[in-house]
Amino acid sequence: MLAGAAAAEVTLTIESWRNDDLTLWQDKIIPAFEAANPGIKVKFTPSAPAEYNAVLNSKLDAGSAGDLITCRPFDASLALYEAGQLADLSDLDGMANFSDVAKSAWQTDDGAASFCVPMASVIHGFIYNKDAFAELGIEVPATEAEFFAALEKIQEDGNYTPMAMGTNDQWEAATMGYNNIGPNYWKGEEGRLALIAGEQKLTDPAWVAPYATLAKWGAYLGDGYEAQTYPDSQNIFTLGRAAIYPAGSWEITGFNAQADFEMGAFKPPVQNAGDTCYISDHTDIAIGMNAKSPNAEAAKTFLNWVGSSEFASIYANALPGFFSLSNHEVAMEDPLAQEFVSWRGECESTIRSTYQILSRGTPNLENDTWGASVAAIKGTKSPEDLGAELQSGLASWYAPQQ
Amino acid sequence: MQKPRFKWHILVFLAPAVLVYTAIMIFPLFNTLRLALFSEVDQVRVFVGLENFRTLFGDPNWSEQFWNALGNNFWFFFIHMLVQNPIGIALAAILSHPRLRYAALYRSAIFVPTILSFVIIGFAWKLILSPIWGIAPDMLKAIGLKSLYAPWLGKEEYALTTLALISVWQFVGIPLMLIYAALLSIPEEVLEAGEVDGITGAAAFWKIKLPLILPSIGIISILTFVGNFNAFDLIYAAQGALAGPDFSTDILGTFMYRTFFGFQLQLGDPHMGSAIATAMFGIILIGVCIYLFGIQTRLRRYQF
Repeated sequence: MLAGAAAAEVTLTIESWRNDDLTLWQDKIIPAFEAANPGIKVKFTPSAPAEYNAVLNSKLDAGSAGDLITCRPFDASLALYEAGQLADLSDLDGMANFSDVAKSAWQTDDGAASFCVPMASVIHGFIYNKDAFAELGIEVPATEAEFFAALEKIQEDGNYTPMAMGTNDQWEAATMGYNNIGPNYWKGEEGRLALIAGEQKLTDPAWVAPYATLAKWGAYLGDGYEAQTYPDSQNIFTLGRAAIYPAGSWEITGFNAQADFEMGAFKPPVQNAGDTCYISDHTDIAIGMNAKSPNAEAAKTFLNWVGSSEFASIYANALPGFFSLSNHEVAMEDPLAQEFVSWRGECESTIRSTYQILSRGTPNLENDTWGASVAAIKGTKSPEDLGAELQSGLASWYAPQQ
Repeated sequence: MQKPRFKWHILVFLAPAVLVYTAIMIFPLFNTLRLALFSEVDQVRVFVGLENFRTLFGDPNWSEQFWNALGNNFWFFFIHMLVQNPIGIALAAILSHPRLRYAALYRSAIFVPTILSFVIIGFAWKLILSPIWGIAPDMLKAIGLKSLYAPWLGKEEYALTTLALISVWQFVGIPLMLIYAALLSIPEEVLEAGEVDGITGAAAFWKIKLPLILPSIGIISILTFVGNFNAFDLIYAAQGALAGPDFSTDILGTFMYRTFFGFQLQLGDPHMGSAIATAMFGIILIGVCIYLFGIQTRLRRYQF
């Protein structure tokens, strides 16, 4: 019995780029797992985010990678699966706890095989300064008309910059702009999948209209937004100088620490009151198994546990803004995080339109969308031209769009 | 007569430099040139000859970016030639004036930015020019010229020129030092002989000193050319790998980086990246050859 227990003792090693989360894993997640599963020890060994992909690839090639591998979404992990380095987890019991959208980032293109257990997503929306809204008597906008009326009112008052976003770093315009408000136009998954299937084009009104809306943002972004960087925007908002911040939920922890006013969040406004709302609930992080792991059984035990409500609750509460992708009810304490996650019940979830498959070729659709969103906000190109440019770029290499 | 002995010590003394230089410069260079002739198909590296170059120059997706980057590179170089070198020469002429006080102080102050890291320069200037926290808008306001201020780094039409001027600010110390040294090496007798003939002041600079420092100016031009066409750091530090806004500050270095190492969802392609690096190598080689055979051989040298 004793010998058996000693022999059964295995140690699982986790590869990850989340070195920010080291203490969370060591103090909370691993003890909780080890308490429930005696005989399995877990070691969390993160590397620097920028080096992770390269380090992981060389470790996998050399056969020295850990048993469990934290998965980047889409192509980076898909390449590992296709090279036989990540195991197929389609039959894992824990997988039953995730929706198809949640799993889409770590599946083969046809959805036949899943190779990572989804851990967390980030949700897009707008964070606002509650004090500023109260001071100016502004209601939280639900429709686009109300949204622009609110911006106009803040502008007129002049005490606050209506919205804190710059175009210098470019990605915010696409990520917090286009892919934040866009799903309401292309109807979330319906439009995204139709684009991948080649049934819709980037020149269709649903894909061009968000650029026309972004074009109206420029007037409310404050002086010199063209040279405003991402940290500039964060600081302007947390210093209380701006009323609205187009956000991703990952900002919650930082904003809670920096801002000394009360914050609220609202989802991307719909075009007409009563429309179905869609939110970008972007799959960001997952965990898979090294196909050559000698401890496959123990690793599967761990992955099943990642699919449990216990893990979801620990993770979501320790990192407010990184939401569990599982179907479990997760009680979160952070009010801002609660607000973000409550939209899942009211709206349809989708992911960023450019991430799956469509950014594989040259020109790269994601990078081009950054540039296009910036051009739309600045008004240097018309929405129709932007749509036409993106479409011709995509069609140049993506067969279903040809 | 005894046959001269083979001088082994020459080999011994040369060896370290040759070995190190070969290992970290010559080998990677030729390996990059070689890599440009390959491509990856289904995770296997295959020889494709000049196919990568055909893509680079023939496929509009690539060639547009390449010509844009090359054009920007020429503009970057043009600004340096137009601003950095004349200012460097002028400063050197002023500093070499025998009656100037605190010359050493000015010289050091002007040279200091040259030794700063690009990251510091990029960050500091971004802050100075920032529309939100920067001192540039406030300073312009103080003298009543606020209307001249624009978020320069964020505007397509100004961003590259702004960055080129930042780079000029950083590197103006190099031409200053080289010209300064050249000016100091002009013998007093030559200038005195000129004075006897009635050539003094500004005329002495244009008619005597400038012709004598022309070879140094040539060297500076070619150093500027090589430096500018290899530039990468400042643009990357200030504008990121996408060299925004809308690729208006994209130069060959950032284009190569993005292609070779990938960016965001764009996966790295070492083979196309090497093809761009090879093109950069070719451009610099041609430029240096034009200088060496076309210009330098015609410069007259004076021996004192």
